[in-house]
Amino acid sequence: MGSYDRLATPLRKTQTTSGPAAAPPQLCRFARSALRVAFCALRFARCALRFRPFPSARHLNSIGRLSGSILAVGLALGLLPALAAPRSPFSPASPQAASIADLFWFTLIAAGLIFLGVEGTILYSAFAHRERPGREASQFHGNTRVEIIWTALPALLLLVVFYLTVRTMHDISAPPGDPVEINVVGHQWWWEFSYPKEDVTTANELHVPVGEPILLHVTSADVIHSFWVPQLAGKQDANPGHVNDITFTVSAPGTYLGQCAEFCGIEHTWMAIRVVAEPPAQYAAWVKAQQQPASRPTSNLAILGETIFQSQTCGSCHAIAGTSANGVAGPSLTHVGSRATIGAGVLDNTPANMERWLLNPQDVKPGVLMPNSKLTPNDAKALAAYMESLR
Amino acid sequence: MTEQPTSGVVNHGGSDQLGREAIRQVNPNVLGIIIFISSEAIFFLSLIVTYVVYRGASTSGPGAHVLNVPVTAVFTLFLWSSSLTMARVTAHLGRNDVAGVRRWLLITILLGAIFLVGQGYEYYHLYADNVTISRNLWASTFFTVTGFHGLHVLVGLISMSIMAGVISPGENHPWGATGVEAVSLYWHFVDAVWVVIFPVVYLWTLIS
Amino acid sequence: MAEQTRGYVPTYPTITAPTGLWRWVATVDHKDIGVLYIVTTLVFFLIGGLEAMFIRLQLIAPNAKVLDPETYDEFFTMHGTTMVFLTVMPLLIGFANYLVPLMIGARDMAFPRLNAMSYWLLLFGGLLLYFSFLAGQAPNGMWFMYVPQTLPPYTTGPGPNYWAAGLLVTSVGTIAASINLTVTILLLRAPGMAITRLPLFVWTVLVNSFLILWALPPLAAAMVMMLLDRLVGTHFFDVSAGGNVLLYEHLFWFLGHPEVYILILPVFGMVSETIPVFARKPIFGYTFIAASTVAIAFLAMSVWAHHMFTSGMGLTEDTFFSAASMLIAIPTGVKVFNWVATMWRGAIRWTSSMLFSIGFIGEFIIGGLTGPMLATVPVDWQVHDSYFIVAHLHYVFFGGSVMGIFAAAYYWYPKITGRLMSENLGKWHFWLTIVGLNLTFFPMHLNGLLGMPRHVYTYPNLPGLAELNFWETIGAFILATAVVVFVWNVVASVRFGRIAGNDPWDAWTLEWATASPPPPYNFASIPPVRSRRPLWDLKHPENPDPR
Repeated sequence: MGSYDRLATPLRKTQTTSGPAAAPPQLCRFARSALRVAFCALRFARCALRFRPFPSARHLNSIGRLSGSILAVGLALGLLPALAAPRSPFSPASPQAASIADLFWFTLIAAGLIFLGVEGTILYSAFAHRERPGREASQFHGNTRVEIIWTALPALLLLVVFYLTVRTMHDISAPPGDPVEINVVGHQWWWEFSYPKEDVTTANELHVPVGEPILLHVTSADVIHSFWVPQLAGKQDANPGHVNDITFTVSAPGTYLGQCAEFCGIEHTWMAIRVVAEPPAQYAAWVKAQQQPASRPTSNLAILGETIFQSQTCGSCHAIAGTSANGVAGPSLTHVGSRATIGAGVLDNTPANMERWLLNPQDVKPGVLMPNSKLTPNDAKALAAYMESLR
Repeated sequence: MTEQPTSGVVNHGGSDQLGREAIRQVNPNVLGIIIFISSEAIFFLSLIVTYVVYRGASTSGPGAHVLNVPVTAVFTLFLWSSSLTMARVTAHLGRNDVAGVRRWLLITILLGAIFLVGQGYEYYHLYADNVTISRNLWASTFFTVTGFHGLHVLVGLISMSIMAGVISPGENHPWGATGVEAVSLYWHFVDAVWVVIFPVVYLWTLIS
Repeated sequence: MAEQTRGYVPTYPTITAPTGLWRWVATVDHKDIGVLYIVTTLVFFLIGGLEAMFIRLQLIAPNAKVLDPETYDEFFTMHGTTMVFLTVMPLLIGFANYLVPLMIGARDMAFPRLNAMSYWLLLFGGLLLYFSFLAGQAPNGMWFMYVPQTLPPYTTGPGPNYWAAGLLVTSVGTIAASINLTVTILLLRAPGMAITRLPLFVWTVLVNSFLILWALPPLAAAMVMMLLDRLVGTHFFDVSAGGNVLLYEHLFWFLGHPEVYILILPVFGMVSETIPVFARKPIFGYTFIAASTVAIAFLAMSVWAHHMFTSGMGLTEDTFFSAASMLIAIPTGVKVFNWVATMWRGAIRWTSSMLFSIGFIGEFIIGGLTGPMLATVPVDWQVHDSYFIVAHLHYVFFGGSVMGIFAAAYYWYPKITGRLMSENLGKWHFWLTIVGLNLTFFPMHLNGLLGMPRHVYTYPNLPGLAELNFWETIGAFILATAVVVFVWNVVASVRFGRIAGNDPWDAWTLEWATASPPPPYNFASIPPVRSRRPLWDLKHPENPDPR
């Protein structure tokens, strides 16, 4: 009708497309394509600014289709790395995480099939039922039987998914018999782990025996955090005033990484969790070592570091068992030298990094609650040596 | 009395639906206030649910036992009787008796004002006993629920005063009859909210 | 049949319409207010988009130093808040404002002055929210602003106060707009337009308005409580005094979930208008689309705690919300199938509007399929609060709401301005959007599956994360280019676009029966309404629409 018909035709007009008029034949194909793209972009910009029709619009649909399909295939292939990566629910290291991964695969495949079916139909219809001269649209209003079918079939599929959901939920939440119990307390921005039976308190690095059920009681000392180690279990929030349980059994020894998963303030980003799963004998040895009070410093530098520690206010936030330092606001430092990272995962635990942290924690983790004690570089070096001696 | 934007200037008469739909008989102002009331009802529900959830959860400080239920009951009667007087307002409205409408509006305002004075008296005595809004969790929920109700009562009183001033015999004010009708529905709503709050907050203390 | 009074010109009181800037300040005309809404929300969209570009720049590589953590937190909080409350929701209200009276054959909304107030409250609320940047601290606790993180002593700056105050102001306007739309639709329909003959856009706006009216109040209550805790010292969320932080989550999500349906239902209505017109056949299954809209609205109020599966509610509660969340997928699927059936055996015209409508279906279903996956509680226990969710929400918000709004823009722009938008620029806009959208958001599913949580200003240099984030940022730039193309199209077409005439698309609903743009009184003479497609009946008197 009127102005609309005039619209339809420009899409069909065949016009010669632009191209680099004077590309020398010696140039390799790549350079020629690059030049074409550049020319295209320039012409587009010119036409757009002057609001003129861009002659190559006809090719645009093909380019779009092609790039769309390349994109789709590329992205689909990109799924593969997720299969065997650290911190992935698809590399489970516990029966609980494995159950979730199985359920995930089921829903993923079902969703993928539905997606291909529906998307395929849409793309087919968009092309096959495009207007053409002589084609009339079929005028139908609906079909109740078809509506019922495509309401009932998804409902049936969801019923199956729901059954699997409830079963998996109960399976993986079942409280284990005689587990290793650990209290997990989220702080801004570090994790406190205490083993009530073994009388061990540590921070950020959780050691557990392989093959034995573990039961975590998760809560928070301040704001809402969330405890998430994807290869071992689903996450549960750490809510102040509540306790949530997470249970899992690690199937193979290794180090499993996780992270706080609920925004908890400026350094939510650096609240990593490190779970070290060891064979029972090694685990027992670790527990024994953790139960000991802090080792006495032996090197001169470390002894100097200890005096600096005692002369500053460190002990009002940090505890070192066997000394007068008994603060609870910050992580326990009794065995800080034995941990793999410091600052809840922001730095690897090396003497140089420890020095850097002590010189100015705000520089490493802006906003962290540990103040800058304005140590001299020499003092920081000594203090770092003392920290590293606390194994 | 009220000007409504018309839905069309020409009735082509081809309609088989016009006039059969009951909803079209309702006045826009009245429908508007009913919809508004449904939204406010959910707001009050949220506050009341919060009160109930937190009842007994305070770790320290006073609970509902510090409330003077008999005195509040008396002021409550004033509020609920104002609904009866409001019914008189709409009755006179139906009879186009503007003088009667204004008379009963003023009585309703008076009864509502007495309720508010009573609530102020209650708040004053609580504050004198150091039961302030920040005293403990129970006090926070109590003052918030009853305070928002009181604010809605105040808005009702102001609206009724405006209507009483605006409506006058012989004049065809555009806000006229449907405005009074709308305000009356709002006032009944405010009373109805107190029908829920009074037992939940006050009467509950008598059984626990 | 009653006599036709053709050529009758009604007598209206003489109105001296103001011109220039004062016209826009003083207007109570629904069309002007609709334009005000659309232009304002477009500006907020660009601001929110800029915030997103900074976020993506900060995440382009591990340990980038583009933004410091505090600014980053403020940007992602404001990005979410702006896009939800200041862009999509009011944009849909703006479209509804413009189109609903036209589509039902009315002269204006039921309460024109209330309509104007709604718009100005949106503007002032939005300005109040953004004033926080100048007042010392923008809100920085995620767009949901969980307690106790947003309370002292964890947040001592004024950010949360501005968040709550700004949004309380806009929500008064939103409630007023919803009341207005509801009363207008119920009472001001043209003779012959029964509820069962409503255009589907009007139908979805009607259902949506009820959803707004009943879902916004709990958020208002939650914000009031947060403000009281911050300013007056109450203890609603003070754990040591007996408060419960989960109460805030319940109240927030009681709005929060219906909110996302509020952002999409009118868009469902929009594409239900465009697809039939460009496929040249009536909508398939009108009744089922209308009924499923009601079902979605009803179910939307009962699924809120699927945002809280990891908060430890208990297996019984988790099970209930899981079931309800899976249920809500069914009416949504019904709609998708109906749209595809509308395309089927049509004579599809590949206009920009239709491309975006088809793209809407294609992209929305990606988000729509990850949704039920999240309803399977154990899966949610893994991916909740990770980039998997960011992917899901952007597919439904951008791939869904925004794509549908683009389709509506190309479709109704001629009615609003009297000129057509450039189809060529429209095609560029479309394809750039498809590439940019999928490149930015599809890999985010993988980010989540590699353990990257939300709301982080950087990430450890573990395998895969840096590469994925890099390409997502490139995709964001492509998406930004697409938006620039669109904005240029919108701005330049006012001057250079082809004159559209009354009915450039050969459509069938009442708004196309008057001039483009419509005169202040909308219709000199309303066509008779005897079916769902009044203009089809006029154009095909030998074959009127039977429904």
